[in-house]
Order: sequence, then C-alpha cells, then structure tokens
Amino acid sequence: MSSISKEQAPRITSEQVEHIAKLARIELTDQEKEKFTSELSSILDYFGKLNQIDTSKVEPINQITGLKNVVRKDESKDNISDARDKILDEVPSKKGDYYKVPKILE
Amino acid sequence: MDLPKTISEARDGLIKKKYSCVELTKGYLNKIKKENKNLNDFLTLTDKLALEQAEKVDDKISQRGKIGPLEGIPIAIKDNILVKGHKTTAGSKILGKYIAPYDATVIKKLKEAGVIILGKTNLDEFAMGSSTENSAYGVVKNPLDTSRVPGGSSGGSAVAVAANHCLAALGSDTGGSIRQPAAFCGIMGFKPSYGAVSRYGLIAMASSLDQIGSLANNTEDIQLIFNIIRGKDFLDSTSVEMKKPETSGRNLRVGVPKEFFGQGIDLKLKEKVEKEINDFSNLGFEIKEISLPCTESALAVYYIIMPAEVSANLARYDGIKYGFSKKERNLLENYLKTRAAGLGEEPRRRIMLGTYVLSAGYRDAYYNKAQKVRALIKREFEKVFSSSSEGVDFILTPTTPTPAFKIGEKKDPLSMYLSDIYTVPVNLAGLPAISVPCGKIDDLPIGLQIIGPQFKDDSVLEIAQIYEQFHQ
Repeated sequence: MSSISKEQAPRITSEQVEHIAKLARIELTDQEKEKFTSELSSILDYFGKLNQIDTSKVEPINQITGLKNVVRKDESKDNISDARDKILDEVPSKKGDYYKVPKILE
Repeated sequence: MDLPKTISEARDGLIKKKYSCVELTKGYLNKIKKENKNLNDFLTLTDKLALEQAEKVDDKISQRGKIGPLEGIPIAIKDNILVKGHKTTAGSKILGKYIAPYDATVIKKLKEAGVIILGKTNLDEFAMGSSTENSAYGVVKNPLDTSRVPGGSSGGSAVAVAANHCLAALGSDTGGSIRQPAAFCGIMGFKPSYGAVSRYGLIAMASSLDQIGSLANNTEDIQLIFNIIRGKDFLDSTSVEMKKPETSGRNLRVGVPKEFFGQGIDLKLKEKVEKEINDFSNLGFEIKEISLPCTESALAVYYIIMPAEVSANLARYDGIKYGFSKKERNLLENYLKTRAAGLGEEPRRRIMLGTYVLSAGYRDAYYNKAQKVRALIKREFEKVFSSSSEGVDFILTPTTPTPAFKIGEKKDPLSMYLSDIYTVPVNLAGLPAISVPCGKIDDLPIGLQIIGPQFKDDSVLEIAQIYEQFHQ
C-alpha cells in the first residue's frame, strides 16, 4: 500500500525544498534543508490517501457558511482612528510617516 | 483568600461583599505570580489594566449593588488576540515587541461587559501545535502532571483555567486548539460554529478554519462568555448572526461514528468513552451507530488547506510593515533573513508545505483535491444531521485518541499532527463542538466531544449541561 501512495504523491527533492523556500522568502541552512526535505516527504506521503477518494463529480468548497459577496457601504468609520499613530509606531524602519523599504532596483 | 472556581460563585462573593473585586483580582494575580515560573501559562500580566477595571466594578457595586453577568470576572486571553496597548506576541519572536494598536472585537465586547483581563496566555507559535511546546517563550506544563504537555495550541489558556489562575479564558481553535488542551487539562473547551464569533483582532493562522472560543470549569460559564462575544461584526465579513434554535419535540438521538474508535486510539480511553456514551441512554437519548467515512481523510485535508492559508497569512511578516526586522540593505536579503530569524521551526515548516501545495503543477493534486474532499466531509455531516428518520441530533466522540503525552515525546511532526485526528473534521465542516471532562484513566483526564449541526451552538451547550448535571 505505502509504495503505491509514494508513487502517486512524488516525494520532494532537496532542490524543490530550496526552490519553495525561496518562493516563501525563508533562508534555510544546509542542515535545515535536509531536515525539511525528509519531513515534508513523509507528510506528502501521508496525503497520498486522498487519492483513494473519488472527487470527479465534486465542486471544491469555497465558503463553509454559504455566505456570498458580503458588501458594505464604502464609508469611513472612526472606530480605530486613534490607531494610526500606534500602527506607525510598529514600523521597523521609517522616515517621518513613511515606510522605508530597502532599494529594489540596483 | 479561597479563590472561587466558577463565575456564579465569584459573582455571589462580589455581590455579598465577601471580597472586593480588587481583592479578587489581586488574589488571582498573586497566585499567577507564584506559580507561573513553573507552569509558564502566562506571557504577560496586564496588572494595571486589571486593577483599573476592578476598581470601576467596586465603585459600581458600592453605588448600585448590582452588576452584569460577567462584571468583575477575572479572565485570561490567549496571546494571539489583540488587547489594545499591550504586548501581543502570538508566541513568536517576530512579534516579540509588538504592541496591539486596537482591541479585537471580542475584547471590546468583554471590556464593555466589565470583565477583568488578567493577562495574556502562552501558546504554540502562531497557534501552530498540539502541545504548547512550540512557543518561542518556553514550554507550558500540565498542572495535573508537570512532566506532561497541556495540549495546544491554547495550552496557556487551558492551564490558566485548570490551575485556578483565572475563572475562564479565551482561546482560538483552528483544528482542535481549544478542545484538545481542555481535554488534556480536565476542563471544558468550546469551539463555536465558524462565523459565530468575530475574528477581527485575532492574529490569523488559517482564516477559513480559525474560530475564537472559551475554556472554563463548567457549561454555564462557557455559555455566559459565548453570549457576550457572539454575533455578526461588520469588521469580520465572514461572521453571521445566529438565531436561537427551537428545540425539537422528538427524543433526541445521539450518533456515534465508528471511525472515531478505530486505529490509534488508547484502549483504556476507548473503553471509558464508550461507557460514558452509554450513560446517555440513561438520560433518555437514543444511541445510534453512524458512519462518517470521509473523516478518515480529514487530517490529510486539514494539513493541506491549513498550511496553504498559513503561507498566505504569514507573508505579512516581511520585516517592513511591523514586527522584527533584520534591516538588511537588500530587499530580498531582508525578507530571507528576517523570516529565517523571526519565525520558529513549525511556522516555517507549514509555510513551506503551504507554498508547495499551492505552487504551479501541484495545486490541482493537493489544494484543489483537498477542497473537494472538504466539500464531501461537510456533506457527510449534513447527511448525518438530516431531519429524516435516519438523522441524529448530535454526535459524540472522544476529543483525543490518547490522554496528555509526555513533554518531548512526539518528535516527528506527523505524529504530533495525529493528535488532532478527532477534532479537525469539525473545523473543516465549520461545526460547533465542545470538549467536556469525562473522567480519568491512569490519573489523566480525558474529554468527550459533543458535535452539533452548523449554527446549533446553543443546542451543543444544552447537551453539555445535561451531561454535566448528570455527573454531579
């Protein structure tokens, strides 16, 4: 059984782990790369059991409560108006009331 | 002073002036200060706020003699819920110095109800874990056996209630994070229907699954808190207003799903829970074996959908907007190094897993497949809860497959994930469920899970109360 599910859910390679770590913007050490490769592989193996369920006629679920297109009037409410300065206090790097971002283009 | 164990006992003491609210509050704060070094259930004490709130309540009692149902009641808040002006870390280094700029909707409502907020409780980092061993601020211990975990991720909240550090606590439940620690600590833990309580001001983990709920010593206290925090909130567009359900005239039927008693369950726990379920026939309920075959895949579905949402939600911790930053001169370097240094192992593991299942070429095989099976799981519950002659009114299961395990016992992530196997189907289907204490095996408490149909939260609490009274 387990060898079948392994074929259906391909194990992840260390190159793939490196690639997704970059997509996720997380730097990994070589040791972590190795650890995550083996851990993610066994988790992905476990997902193989989903292949036994026939979902050919099932629509994916999008909202569990059945709510659709909840709208509200586009007007300002002042319930957190005093939060503005406090939110700016949390910015790691700023100039006046502006966020400072490292240079993007060399 | 002898600290009260329930809200009604505390209210009685306040109204009869056995103690003032300030004395009551100081009583809890002192007990926490004495025991927190060992148990580590609190990350921050909000002493000043608590005593200010308590003074107001004392003034009101001396002027009018009357107080509201939760007025003057000391409670604790999981540290992923924003309390304005106080540190809110979510158990992560990346929010180590973060001061909440506003109150979560639940906090606003509780403050208006006159509740005393004692402090913020420890949790697995970003609520990711089942043992509260994943906090960046140290392991939390189970007060009933300090060599064991309290469960998680709301481990700090469960311990705070079980150790009598507060009368009740708020937690959050994405895959069992209220019910599983409640079971491990021998208390009650309630996860309302998805949408019943506003998530505004809850630090997001997996937005389609997260729900705020409470932990307490009895059903009445759970209901009191739920009545205050429930309701539609325009700041959370997924919240809904629920009608109080009418009680049906027929004899209520209990469903017992056979899939929840199979492989992996502790045999003594199985026997004990089956015995407790049989007691329901003495209470006039009809017991029926049911089958929920798709719930066996629920854990796999959960560990695809949840990390996918985690990978999106945690993208905001970028070292630019707020929180810890490495302040590198190059943007990409700043992202990579800030997140490597600021996020612990479990959040990084889940971000990676989520990024993978959403990445080009794998989205259909994993994420879309999981959303389809999620639809099947919801459908299965709906069928079981149908009003036909085959339908049942609520479902009983064990809350967990085993009692509290030892600290450090579960080293590989998958074995830790398996401890949520009976609680995740409920989150995937958006249902209400409560864990109630149902005795002990080998001196360790275990929980019975009562699951109800969507938005029948009040009925679930009613059943819990019937069971509770039967045991008194």
